[in-house]
Amino acid sequence: MHQMAQRIQDEFPAGFVGATEWRGDVAVTVTRDALHSIAEFLRHEPGMDFDYIVHVSSVDWPDDEERFEVVWEFYSIRKRRRIRLKTRVPESDCIVDSLTDLWRGADFMEREVYDMMGIRFRNHPDLRRILMPDDYTEGYPLRKDFPLRGKGWRDTFEFLDEVPQ
Amino acid sequence: MGLIQLGRHDKDGAPDVITGSLEKAVNWARKGSLWPMTFGLACCAIEMMAAVSSRYDMDRFGAGVFRGSPRQSDLMIVAGTVCRRMAPVIRKIYDQMPEPKYVISMGSCATSGNIYDSYSVVQGVDRFVPVDIYVPGCPPTPEALFDGILKLQERIMQKRVFVSQPNEVKANFKI
Repeated sequence: MHQMAQRIQDEFPAGFVGATEWRGDVAVTVTRDALHSIAEFLRHEPGMDFDYIVHVSSVDWPDDEERFEVVWEFYSIRKRRRIRLKTRVPESDCIVDSLTDLWRGADFMEREVYDMMGIRFRNHPDLRRILMPDDYTEGYPLRKDFPLRGKGWRDTFEFLDEVPQ
Repeated sequence: MGLIQLGRHDKDGAPDVITGSLEKAVNWARKGSLWPMTFGLACCAIEMMAAVSSRYDMDRFGAGVFRGSPRQSDLMIVAGTVCRRMAPVIRKIYDQMPEPKYVISMGSCATSGNIYDSYSVVQGVDRFVPVDIYVPGCPPTPEALFDGILKLQERIMQKRVFVSQPNEVKANFKI
């Protein structure tokens, strides 16, 4: 196991689920409850020092019991290395801790995950839709059970007047 | 009617009198001074910019004065993928343009949505603004855009100027 993943396992034995490494990419899967404290450890521990958040994304696994997977990518500008953090979220309780208090840059990216996948972020300062309009009601377009062509929104133009009969 | 005829001077035969219809003269002035609206939405806008710049020089056809305001323009070149969220903006800008106004749908995306058969992409800009000319291509070359502009100029020459249009054409009804 990679040294960084080992370090996380030593510090958080209860929160550590698993780790993979493929061609130098380290990915650590953690439990939802331990996510915030592990992220804080990555952010502030001098040996880790991940000061830059690259991306927040999410994956839909429709057949799994815990359906969604949220993925964070961090980069250490000083140490020039990166790490990927994953956690699973069930559909019935679709919420994870926001990391905006540790990385302000997570703000918009967490909003995008909320907009596209419907995963909410606890303690996010301004959790609104970011790509779709605020009054969009058809659901979350990136979910696997969302129809590709949408549910009619792209063909309704409410700003046009009705033709008088 | 409508043809420009050359009159000959009685003494030396020099062409100093031109006769024609006023409608033709107005249309000729309109087609030779199209002011396009800067409206690039995606990669088609790159070809549109190339068409304006020095190598292709769209100004040769009188359509090179791109404006940043719809109130100063009379041609909207919708260049690129039209997302549903952009649709009310496009309609508002179209409504703000003074008459007479023309719309060119540039590229496959603006015309039909192209391969983007998805929840967020409008399947053709003609669903909410009336389009005069469709330019095919992905993206169209500057030459293709010129062909569209020249075709539009031919259409402008055939327009009636002093006959008012029926109200259904002007209002923004659902198409």
